[in-house]
Amino acid sequence: MKFWQVLKEMNWASRFGVFVVSLFGLCAIFAPWLAPYGQSQIVGDVWEPLFGKFVFGTDQIGRDMLSMLIYGARNMIALALLTTAVAFCLGSLLGFLAAIMRGWVDQVLSRFVDIIISIPTLIFALIVLSSTGTSVFALATVIAIIYAMPVYRIARAVAMDIEVMDFVEAARLRGEGLWWIMCKEILPNALTPLAAEFGLRFCFVFLLISGLSFLGLGLQPPLADWGAMVRGNSDGIAWGYLHPLVPATCIALLTIGINLIVDSAVQKASGLRDDQ
Amino acid sequence: MKNSLLKLILRRLALGILTLLAISLLITVGVEALSGDVCTAMMGQMASEDKVAACHRTLNLDRPMHIRYIEWLVNFVQGDMGKALTNHREVADVIGNRVGNTFFLAIASALIAIPLSLALGVVAALYRNSFFDRFISMVTLSGISVPDFFIAYILMAVFAVSFGIFPAISNVDESMNFSERVIASALPVLTLTLAVSAHMMRMTRASIVSLMASPYIEMAKLKGVKPGRIIVFHALPNAWSPIIQVIMLNLAWLVVGVVIVEVVFVYPGLGALMIDAVFLRDMPIVRATAMIFASVYVILNLLADILSMASNPRLMHPK
Repeated sequence: MKFWQVLKEMNWASRFGVFVVSLFGLCAIFAPWLAPYGQSQIVGDVWEPLFGKFVFGTDQIGRDMLSMLIYGARNMIALALLTTAVAFCLGSLLGFLAAIMRGWVDQVLSRFVDIIISIPTLIFALIVLSSTGTSVFALATVIAIIYAMPVYRIARAVAMDIEVMDFVEAARLRGEGLWWIMCKEILPNALTPLAAEFGLRFCFVFLLISGLSFLGLGLQPPLADWGAMVRGNSDGIAWGYLHPLVPATCIALLTIGINLIVDSAVQKASGLRDDQ
Repeated sequence: MKNSLLKLILRRLALGILTLLAISLLITVGVEALSGDVCTAMMGQMASEDKVAACHRTLNLDRPMHIRYIEWLVNFVQGDMGKALTNHREVADVIGNRVGNTFFLAIASALIAIPLSLALGVVAALYRNSFFDRFISMVTLSGISVPDFFIAYILMAVFAVSFGIFPAISNVDESMNFSERVIASALPVLTLTLAVSAHMMRMTRASIVSLMASPYIEMAKLKGVKPGRIIVFHALPNAWSPIIQVIMLNLAWLVVGVVIVEVVFVYPGLGALMIDAVFLRDMPIVRATAMIFASVYVILNLLADILSMASNPRLMHPK
């Protein structure tokens, strides 16, 4: 029972993180079985009260908030996971390439990354989405590209260190190709530092997606998503309905949860030092 | 050796200008490549070739890309940003009214956030691992991991709905005097302040903590220098550079925060304008606002680097 051992060694904050993240994870996986209604099914009046007939009330057009939250967890976590994974693949592929090839390949890629990174992420996403129009594909692509840039930098830095080692030199002398060196020599050694970044990057991606969907550029109905739920219900707050706070709290809980886990993982990796 | 500092700064400056040029190229050329032909999109697939060609002429699209880019750039630098597609007003006029509003928001938040977070960050670093430090680090961790609109709606629910102190919608206009303006924009400023302070406090604390762990501070402690003197004369000269970086980076971060906050509070600023333009696909406005946001961001990052170079004692007093 390795999992329980890890859990036992954690402090209460990261245990809370694990609890929250697994709760949302379960919601995402078992959404159709857990949700009492469909994600775009109108089941009651507008803004039925919280904790009444419906656990989290109904939204601005009478959809069940609980079902939307559960389906929203599924849609958003899936999208964010996919996007982060693509960003990592793209970023590390290019990073490894730059580290192995050096010379002009490295120069061109690195300067390109410098430029993209110097544009604020939200602004970059807005520029691209305004020209391509909103679609899930465009959304996922642009976010993957944005977050591939910092991954590129990490991957390049890590691969630079590995690339000068003897076993890579040996592989080169053996006459192995570029693909072999990338996958069999560098990737296995770069996996740990890259994996450590994944949690944090997932958080950023999740926040950017919810920001964009809050602005109305994210997932489109009938797909439920938390950011759009906040925006849709936001008119209610003027009349004292607290409905928009529910999905907003879900976003906050998930990102705080992941951060708490990452925090404790980092602390552990740095030898339990508490001074950074 | 003073020259080497100047050289560094000039190099960084040149790099910043190059970055700005590259961004402008990306914004104009990239947008056009992605959005396809505006004229066929506006007139539909069935439009005759003559009509499309005429539309190209009126929108200046019949000339080659690089010439149009250079023209756009020259005009932009002179303050002429073209006409909006939807209402045919001058983009510069539309933006001009709103730039001031957005800067008012950003500057007001910065004026509150910087002293507050520096003070709290230093205190948290000095009393490390105390209850106060743990409390602050918990609060700021939550602060940086929640979306801006979450903070905004909480504040709105508390201050605008429950207590009714501040308005929920920030209708700011020319005719308001200063105090009316302050009250109207109190909630957006508060939201931005909280969001930015969390980042700033964490980074300030981290940079002071790592500084306090360095050998020369240890030495000063061991030879019996008083704690106050260590901070002012030993730590602070070296701390300025990271602290300036922290401030500038977070001001740059404000640029992004402002967009969401303006939308939440329906504040008439650049961010809200940009979002409206994104939905209408009014590219001249999107391009101009994006360019302004990106420039502010790049310039602040540039300032961060230059100021921290200039305040680095090792560069100021070379051996």
